[in-house]
Amino acid sequence: MADPPVLLVFAHPYPDRSRANRRLLRAAEGLRGVVVRSLYDLYPDFDIDIAAEQNALTSASAVVWQHPMYWYSVPSLLKHWFDKVLARGFAYGSGGDALWGKRCLWVVTTGGDEGAFSEQGMHARPLREFSPVVEQTALFCGMRWEEPLVLHGAHKVDEELLEAAALDYRARLEQLVSSARSPV
Amino acid sequence: MKEPSLLASAIVYLAAAVICVPLASRLKLGSVLGYLAAGCIIGPFGLGVVEDAEATLHFAEIGVVLMLFVIGLELDPAKLWKLRRAVFGGGSLQLVAAALPLGGAALLLGLPWQAALVAGLALSLSSTAVSMQTMAEKNLSATPVGRSAFAVLLFQDIAAIPVMAVVPLLAARAEGQAAVGYWPLLRGLLAVIAVIVIGRFLTPRVLRIVAGAGREVFSAFTLLLVLGIAGIMASVGISMALGAFLAGVLLAGSEYRHALETDIEPFKGLLMGLFFIAVGMSIDFGLVASQPVFVVLLVLGFQVIKALTLRLVAQPLGVTPRQGWLFAALLAQGGEFAFVVFGVARSARLLPGHWDALLTLAVALSMALTPLALILHDFLQARFQARSGSQRAEDTIESQDARVIIAGFGRFGQIVGRVLLSSGVKATVLDYDPEQVDVMRRFDFRVYYGDATRLDLLHAAGAERAELLIVAIDDPDTSLRLVEAVQEHFPKLHIVARARDVAHWQRLRSRGISVVERETFESALVVGRRSLERLGVRPYEARERADQFRRHNIQSLEQVLPIWADEAERTKVARSARDQLEQQMERDRATLDRHHGAVGWHPEVEEKA
Repeated sequence: MADPPVLLVFAHPYPDRSRANRRLLRAAEGLRGVVVRSLYDLYPDFDIDIAAEQNALTSASAVVWQHPMYWYSVPSLLKHWFDKVLARGFAYGSGGDALWGKRCLWVVTTGGDEGAFSEQGMHARPLREFSPVVEQTALFCGMRWEEPLVLHGAHKVDEELLEAAALDYRARLEQLVSSARSPV
Repeated sequence: MKEPSLLASAIVYLAAAVICVPLASRLKLGSVLGYLAAGCIIGPFGLGVVEDAEATLHFAEIGVVLMLFVIGLELDPAKLWKLRRAVFGGGSLQLVAAALPLGGAALLLGLPWQAALVAGLALSLSSTAVSMQTMAEKNLSATPVGRSAFAVLLFQDIAAIPVMAVVPLLAARAEGQAAVGYWPLLRGLLAVIAVIVIGRFLTPRVLRIVAGAGREVFSAFTLLLVLGIAGIMASVGISMALGAFLAGVLLAGSEYRHALETDIEPFKGLLMGLFFIAVGMSIDFGLVASQPVFVVLLVLGFQVIKALTLRLVAQPLGVTPRQGWLFAALLAQGGEFAFVVFGVARSARLLPGHWDALLTLAVALSMALTPLALILHDFLQARFQARSGSQRAEDTIESQDARVIIAGFGRFGQIVGRVLLSSGVKATVLDYDPEQVDVMRRFDFRVYYGDATRLDLLHAAGAERAELLIVAIDDPDTSLRLVEAVQEHFPKLHIVARARDVAHWQRLRSRGISVVERETFESALVVGRRSLERLGVRPYEARERADQFRRHNIQSLEQVLPIWADEAERTKVARSARDQLEQQMERDRATLDRHHGAVGWHPEVEEKA
């Protein structure tokens, strides 16, 4: 039987027009042991197939949430995915241990650069102050929170930095894949 | 007066029909009354253009034969088998219930018991021709009341055989002669077997050969078949109509069913008309004039007794209480068999004095009364309903009414109904087409056959208490008629409507229906979406574009709605589809141009925060 894959949940409504997210996704897509589910392609009508999503989660060794930051949070379809798929009895509550012990990596891109995400910047707070909601979602489901991967200034960032971020992402994913092979 | 030539008679009959029938229809009296009036006018007691009413009547009976053949074509043996209880149980109940009081009344009028028995039996038979024609005109044939009436009529056709057979026996008894033997019965049986062999085994083969030989030959064979069978039956004293019906049933499964039907239809229509004309001609106005009070009382007494017994048996026959009187009005008249029975009784000298003429007259007049009785029924029912709206709310049957009524249960309505059912909402269904009905009944849908625009059907479906009416009828005119009727009579009922196209949509919207969906719009949008996806547009974005198109399209339609309604009022001319398309496309272009920026904004704002 094949090793349990890393599940990459990708949420971008317009991936073709995204520079950073598309680049990052491309870095992930070629990887063995990584399964990509692009939510906006699968569920343009927001009619999430809950059973299919839960099956994908159950058979995964680790979960990645990759998306652009929209209004300091996840895009609406990913939020809807949280609401519907991470249900009681599956992800939490009695019998809800499907995600228990799995690693969770948050990959987020922002339009604002690092300066904007500072006390003096237009967003008034560093990014880590916006992350607790997503982080606690993972923790509440019993997942192990990995150090998030953040790419600031997504449409200003130069080619070199983008390439570096993609390589970094690839390395992080490979690490998740190999850690799945050697159980904790 | 000398009997006119065939050509001259044909001209007289056709002219009389062409003048009288449209007049009667215009006056909403129904075609039957028109034909009867035509017969009265040209008959021996009117202008006297035609003298021998009886010969015409005899000939025109072929019309009834053809009608029963066509009815039979629509009932395959399986369907007929399902009707067996209604036909034999219901039919015999009606016959006995009507024959006893009618015979009793005849006894009271001083007829000997043998004559009273024959009169009672003959008068309890109704006219298949009048009833079926009337029901067809009023779109009642496929409704529960229509089916009950048909079952009764079918049984009467069968029952007429022993009734006619019994007349000579009774006459013999009255005169102290010996009874006849079993030979007639055996001959009848042989004739029925012959019809089954012809209809079941011979005809399908011959039809296959004849169908290749051209249209006229096919028509000729169809007529030959029906008339031949009628001839066989007549030769052994069985109802010709019954034989034709049997042949029709046997051919109902044939692939030539529709061809047979279309071929017979015009002959049937003309000969039925001729039949009614002949009945009109046979009305003996001399007799009416000689004892007018007695004739009027006789006819009225006959009709009242028969209507009452029909009303009594209506419920056991599966007619709803509300339609009991309709059932009675449809079947109260005397039938064409009565003419034959009284004819036989006269030659057997069973009926004393003028009684055969009197009873024949009563039957003919009762046929003329049917359309009038139905008008009276509709009038009284409307009055009654207007006054006793609160009374009916306590009806126990009605309290089970579904919250939703679906009018039209074709490809469209079925999906709507199933979506509702999947949410546990049971609907009452109104439809013309009986195809899906058994399935629907099994799933607890209440199904009513018939024209959904008919008020009595809407009442029966519980339109007073339903919350929602889904108009899923495909034909725009029928749909609009239903909407208008509902708005007038059931103003509290909410309407959700299916529109065929933009013109229909506009007509529904301008009548104040707020929820109107074009039948192909949503699926066309999805096809547009799927096509965009094929062309490389991402699924979510394709969905957004379709959503956007929908919004703009509906907005622009709503914007022009007041103008459209105005124009339609002013010009009363529906715009051509081409004009509609042109205007719509211009509006689409305008709105999409205006919003074009919205489609391409994304790259700049990709990461919002």
